[in-house]
Amino acid sequence: MSEPAPPPRESEPAAKRLDILAAVKEAAIAALVAFGLFVLLIGIRTEQGPTGALVFTTRFTLLAEIVAAVFVGSLLRSLLWARAAALLARLLPRSDGAIAANVSRFLAPAFVAFALVVPILFYRNSYALGLASLIATYTMLGFGLNIVVGLAGLLDLGYVAFYAVGAYSYALLAQYVGLSFWSCLPLAGIFAAFAGLLLGFPVLRLRGDYLAIVTLGFGEIIRLILLNWQNFTGGPNGVSTPHPTFFGLPFTAADDGFAATFGLAYAPAQRAVFLYYLIVALALLTNWVTLRLRRLPIGRAWEALREDEIACRALGINTTSTKLTAFSMGAMFGGLAGAFFATRQGFISPESFTFGESALVLAIVVLGGMGSQLGVAIAATVMLGGFELFREFEQYRMLVFGAAMVAIVIYRPRGLVSTRTPSVFLHQRKAVPAAIVQDARTGVETPT
Amino acid sequence: MEYFVQQLINGITLGSIYGLIAIGYTMVYGIIGMINFAHGDIFMVGAFTALIAFLVLVAVGVTAVPLALFLVLLVAMALTSLYGWTVERIAYRPLRHSFRLAPLISAIGMSIVLQNYVQVAQGARVKPLPPLIRGGYTLFEGNDFAVRLSNIQIIVVVTTLILMAGFSFMVARTRLGRNMRACEQDLKMAALVGIDVDRTISLTFVIGAALAAVAGLMFLLYYGVVDFFIGFLAGVKAFTAAVLGGIGSLPGAMLGGILIGLIETMWSAYFSIEYKDVAAFAVLIIVLIFLPTGILGRPEVEKV
Repeated sequence: MSEPAPPPRESEPAAKRLDILAAVKEAAIAALVAFGLFVLLIGIRTEQGPTGALVFTTRFTLLAEIVAAVFVGSLLRSLLWARAAALLARLLPRSDGAIAANVSRFLAPAFVAFALVVPILFYRNSYALGLASLIATYTMLGFGLNIVVGLAGLLDLGYVAFYAVGAYSYALLAQYVGLSFWSCLPLAGIFAAFAGLLLGFPVLRLRGDYLAIVTLGFGEIIRLILLNWQNFTGGPNGVSTPHPTFFGLPFTAADDGFAATFGLAYAPAQRAVFLYYLIVALALLTNWVTLRLRRLPIGRAWEALREDEIACRALGINTTSTKLTAFSMGAMFGGLAGAFFATRQGFISPESFTFGESALVLAIVVLGGMGSQLGVAIAATVMLGGFELFREFEQYRMLVFGAAMVAIVIYRPRGLVSTRTPSVFLHQRKAVPAAIVQDARTGVETPT
Repeated sequence: MEYFVQQLINGITLGSIYGLIAIGYTMVYGIIGMINFAHGDIFMVGAFTALIAFLVLVAVGVTAVPLALFLVLLVAMALTSLYGWTVERIAYRPLRHSFRLAPLISAIGMSIVLQNYVQVAQGARVKPLPPLIRGGYTLFEGNDFAVRLSNIQIIVVVTTLILMAGFSFMVARTRLGRNMRACEQDLKMAALVGIDVDRTISLTFVIGAALAAVAGLMFLLYYGVVDFFIGFLAGVKAFTAAVLGGIGSLPGAMLGGILIGLIETMWSAYFSIEYKDVAAFAVLIIVLIFLPTGILGRPEVEKV
C-alpha cells in the first residue's frame, strides 16, 4: 500500500479533536453496555425475606459508580493506551531468547535453593510452612499436567480425577487393608496411572476441544462416584487418613517417636517440615523425570504430537502409545500428589476434587507458559500466594482468578515464561520464543 | 405404563430446555469451531435476570401474570444477549487467530468470572420463586397413578417449538441466516465475498444468549429455584445434547436435547437418582467416542 501524502498542518488539531470525540463516543457506548449488563444483577439485590419470599433492595449508587468507572476506564484506554504501550515497549525490550535463557539459568537453581531453605526460614511459622507445602503440591500437579497439556498438547480438563484417585487409593488402602503411607505411595501412583490409561483408551481418536470435554466428563464421573458410593468411600462425609510416619517412626512425643529416636526435643513443627520436604522431593522428582523424558524418543514424540498429529503419524510415530504414555505419566504424578494431599490433610472428601481444582491447575500451567517447568513453579507461587494475600476478599478472588485467566490468554498467550529450550540443538543450547514453537499449527488452521 | 408416560412428558419438558441451550453451543461451534464453555453460565445469568425482572415488575404493580411473564421474557432476552455479545467481544474476539486451545481456556476463565460475579452480586444462597403457573390436566388414570400434564410443561414445550420454528426460518430464509451459513462453511471465503464476519459472529452469540435466556426463564418457572451454579451442569448437558444431535445441526440440537432430557428422566425414574448426572456424562463420552458426528451431523474431514 502506498503511503498517502501527509495531511496539511492545519488539520492536525482537528484530527485530535475528532480523536477525542470518537473516544468519548466509544466510552459512552461502553458505559451504556455496562449499564445494561449491571442494571438488574448489580443494581438490585435479592434476598430471602423473613417470610421466605424474595425481597429486594436497590443499589443504584453502586451501579452508577461502576458505570462511571467503565466510562472513565474506556476513555483513558482509548486516549492513553497507545502512548502507554509505546512507552512500555521502549522501557521493556521484548525479551529475546538469549536474555531469557540466561535469566532462567540462574533463576531455576535459585528457586530450588529457596524452596529447600524455606523450613529453616519459617521453622516457627506453621502458617507459612503450610502455605509452602500447598504451593509445592500445586507445583507438582502443574508439572504433572504439563506433561499432558504442555508437552503432548492434549487439553485435560479432568486432571483432578487422578489427584482424587491417588488420594482415595491411599485413604481406602489405609482404612481397609491397613497399609502405611510408604507402601501406599507407589500404589497410589500406579492406580492413578491405570486411571489415566482407562481414560486414554477411549479418547484416542478425539482431538482438541472434544478431548477436553470428555476429560471433563471423566473428572466429574469420578467425583460423583466418590460422592455417591457411600458404603465404600464414605460419600460426602469423606474418609480420614492416618498421619505420615518418618519411614515407620511416628511424629509423636512417644518413646518410639521420631524425636525420641534421634534424640531431639519433640516439636509439632517436625511433622510439618517433614511433609514439606516430602512434597518438595516429589515435585523435584516429577520435574527431573519430565526433563529426562523430554530427551528420550518418547518425549520428542510427545512434542511432535503437540505440533501436528497428522505429520506425526506420517512419520511413523505410534500416536496411540504416545498419547497413552502422556496420559498415564501425567496421571501418575497427579496420583502421587493426591496421596501426599491425603496424608497432609488427614481427611479427604469429594469436596476437594471439583472442576474448580482442575481449572486452577490448568490455569497454573497456562499462566506459566505451557511446557515451561520454571514457569509452572512461578505461576503456582504467584497464584496460591495471591490467593492467600487476598484471603480477606474471599468472595472476589475467584472472580479475579477467572479474569486473570482470560487476560493472560489474550495478552500473554505464551505464559509468563515464554521461551523454550529446544530438545534438539546444533552447537549451543539456546532458548527460543515459544511463539515459534507452537505457531506451526495455527498459521494454517482454519476452523471448519 | 402410566408411570412411563409421565416420565416421557417430564423428559420432553426438560429436554426442551436443554435443546434451547444446545442451540447456542451448536451455532458457535459450527461457525468458529470453539466450545463456548461460558454458555451454560449465560443461561444462569438469563435465569437470574428473569427472576429479578419479575420481582421488579411485581413491585411496580404489573401483577397480571401473562403480561408480566411476557415482559420478563423480553427483558431477559435483551439483557442476556448483551452478556453474550460482551463475552464474545472481550474474551473470544481477540483470540480469533491465537493458538487452538486459547479460546477454550479463555472461555473457562469467562465461565468462572460469570459464576463468581453472580455469586458476589446476588449471594450464594438459592433463590426461590413461588410457582406462578399452576394447574394442568389429568390425561388418564390407571393403576392408582394419574398421568398429569401441567400448564407449565405445555408452556415450556410450546415456547420451545415456536422459537425453534422462528429460528429455523431465520437461518434458512433471512440475510443474517445466509451469512451465518456462509461463515459456517468457510470464514475466509465468507469474508472475501463481502460478509462482515465479525458482525455475523457477534450476532450468533447474541442469538444464542437470547435463546439461553428463554431457557433460563423456563428453568426458573419449571423448578422454582435458581442459584449461581446451575449453569455448569445444564451447560455440560446441553453441550452433550448438541454433540449427540450432531454439532452444527439445528434440528440435531433439539433432538439431542430431548434425548438427553429423556435419558436423564428415565435414568432417575428407573435406576438411581443419585447417578443421573453420571448417566449424562457417560452418554457424552460414549457419543463422542462412537458417534463423534452425532445423529444428524456431517462427518468432519480433516485436511492437511
